[in-house]
Amino acid sequence: MVEMSTTLSGRRLANPLMTASGCAANGQELHRFFDVAGLGAFVTKSVMADPRSGRGTPRMAETPSGMLNSIGLQGPGITAFVEHDLPWLASVGATVLPSIAGSSSTEFAHVAAALYAGRAFDCVAGVEVNISCPNVANRGLVFACDPLASAKVVALVREQLPRDVPIFAKLSPDVTDITSIAAACVKAGADGLTMINTLLGMVIDTERLRPQLGGVTGGLSGPGIRPVAVRAIWQVRRAMFEGRIPTVPIIGVGGVRTGNDALELVAAGASAVQVGTATFNDPSAPMRVLAELTALLEAKGFASFTDAVGVAHGR
Amino acid sequence: MSDLVTQPVSPGRRARVTHEQAEVIATRRVGSYQHLTLVAPGVAELARPGQFIALAVGGESSSTLLRRSFSIHKVSPSGTYGGTVEIVVSAVGAGTRWIASRRSHDLIDVVGPLGRAFPLPTEPVACVLVGGGYGSAPLFWLAAELRARGCHVEMVLGAASEDKLFGVTLARRSSDGVSVTTDDGSAGQQGWVSDVLPEVITRVAAGVVYGCGPMGMLRSITEIATAHGAAAQVAVEESMACGVGICMTCVMPVVGDDGLTRMVRSCVEGPVFRGDRVRWDAFSGSGAHVPPDAVGAPRTGGH
Repeated sequence: MVEMSTTLSGRRLANPLMTASGCAANGQELHRFFDVAGLGAFVTKSVMADPRSGRGTPRMAETPSGMLNSIGLQGPGITAFVEHDLPWLASVGATVLPSIAGSSSTEFAHVAAALYAGRAFDCVAGVEVNISCPNVANRGLVFACDPLASAKVVALVREQLPRDVPIFAKLSPDVTDITSIAAACVKAGADGLTMINTLLGMVIDTERLRPQLGGVTGGLSGPGIRPVAVRAIWQVRRAMFEGRIPTVPIIGVGGVRTGNDALELVAAGASAVQVGTATFNDPSAPMRVLAELTALLEAKGFASFTDAVGVAHGR
Repeated sequence: MSDLVTQPVSPGRRARVTHEQAEVIATRRVGSYQHLTLVAPGVAELARPGQFIALAVGGESSSTLLRRSFSIHKVSPSGTYGGTVEIVVSAVGAGTRWIASRRSHDLIDVVGPLGRAFPLPTEPVACVLVGGGYGSAPLFWLAAELRARGCHVEMVLGAASEDKLFGVTLARRSSDGVSVTTDDGSAGQQGWVSDVLPEVITRVAAGVVYGCGPMGMLRSITEIATAHGAAAQVAVEESMACGVGICMTCVMPVVGDDGLTRMVRSCVEGPVFRGDRVRWDAFSGSGAHVPPDAVGAPRTGGH
C-alpha cells in the first residue's frame, strides 16, 4: 500500500486530494455523493466580509475542454459562513481549508480574524488566500498581478492567525513572471502556495455578436488549462530548488480530471492536488482521482505519495 | 394567493440522489424532438414530477465537460428492464445533438433525480397545466398524480408550430380537457397559451396553474394566474453547468419567505418556483440582472 498522507507546513493530511475553491460550494451538495471527510481537505468557496449576490446571468460559457465563468464571488459573508457552513463541515468530520477574499487588504484581514474567532475553527487545517480579486483601491487590478499588493494582503492575513495555522496564497497565472509573485508572497509570510487560479478569458456570442457572459470577461478553467498549471508549478518549484524562493509546499490545481492528471502536477512539484471543474462533470471526481492516483503510484512502485512530489525535476 | 394550496415535497426524499450509467433502450423521433428511454432504476425509484436529470456528454475523456439537464417526462420504477426514465430532447447544440443521437444499448452517464418537484395541492382543487414546446414533458406525469388526488386537470399546450408541440395525444388521455395553440396556426388555435389561459382558469375555477417552458411564457402564466386568484407553480429552464448546486451559474432572482430577493440556484432551490416569487422584472433577452434591492447586490463604488 502506498502511504498517501501529505504534510503541508506542519499539518498532516490523510491524503493529498482536495476540492477546489468555487467548484464544490461549501460541502453539503457534494456530501450527497461522497463523504467529504474522506478528502485530505475540503476547500470552501471564497468568502468575503459581507453577503454578496454575485453577478447577473449568463455566468457561464462552455469552452473546449473547459468553461468560462463569471460568478462574481457570490457568497453568504463571513458571519454566516462561521455560523453555518464551517460548523456543518466540522460536524461531518471534514478537514477544511477555507478560502478567503477581499476587495481591500483590510477586508482580507477582517475576514481572517472573523474566521479565527468562529466556534468551528478547530476543523481548519489552513487558510487559502484568494488574491485573484479586484483591488478596489487600485482601479480593480487584481492583487495577484502585483507583488506589492499580494505581499500586503498576505502579511495582514498572517498577523490575524496563529503561527501554527498555515496560509496559502492562491496565485494567478495571468502574470509575466509567476516566480516573482510567489517570492513576494512567501517573503510576506505565506506558508505555502496554491497554483493556479483561472485564466482570464472571453467568449463572444456570435448570434447576438456581443460578449456571452454578463460580466464580459471570465475565468477559464478545466482540463484545457492543465498544461498552464503544470508549467506554473514547475517554474516555482524550480525556483525553490535553485534557492531563489524559500521552499514551501505547493498545492496544485488546474484542469485535473484523472489520477494521471494529478500525477502530472505532483511530479512538477505539488504536495497536494485540488480537483475543480471536473467535479461539475463527475460529482465524485475528487475521490475518484484519489483512488486513481493511489493505484498509479502503486503501479509505479512508489512507497509513499511524498516520494513522487517534484520527481520530474531530477530526470 | 394562499400558502396552503400546495404542500412542499418532503426534504428527506429530495435529498436522495444517484449517479448511474444508464442504457438507452428506446429512442424515437417525436415532431422536432427525440424521446429517449433510459434504464436508470435509482432515478426511477426516487423521482417526483418536476425533478430533472443531468446527463454527461460524450465519454469519460469528452472535451464537453458540462452536463445537460432534462426534466423527467416519465418514470416506470418496475419495468421489464428494471426502472426506466424517459426524457424529451431538443437537439439545439453539440451537446444535445450527441445525446439525441444515442442509439439503443448505448450508455449515458446520469445524475438524478435533481431539484425540487412540483408541490401538490392538499385539496382536490382544479388545476391547469401549461406547457410551452417540449416544456410540456413533465406535465403528463404531474397530471396523473393530480387526478389520483381527485383534482380536475386541464392542459394547455403551445408552441411556435405543430412540429414543436409535444404530447397533444398524450394530453387528451392524461387530462379532462386540452387546449392547443400555435404561433402560426398549424395546430389548434393561432396565438399564444396566454390567449386561452384566462378562459380555462375561469371555466374550471382553477386553484393552481402549473407551467413549464420559456421564461417569457412562465412570466405571463404567473401574471394571468395571479390576476385570477390562482397559485402559479413554474418550472424554469435555466442553463446549468453541474445541476447539483456547486457551480453557481444557474442562479436567478427569487423572493424568499422573509421577503428578501436573493440570487438562488435554480438546480437546488428550483427548478420549480412559486411564480409570484420570481423577479420577472430582472429578466431580459439572454439572462437576468441582479435587482438593486437583492441581498448583497453590487453597490456603487463597491464590489
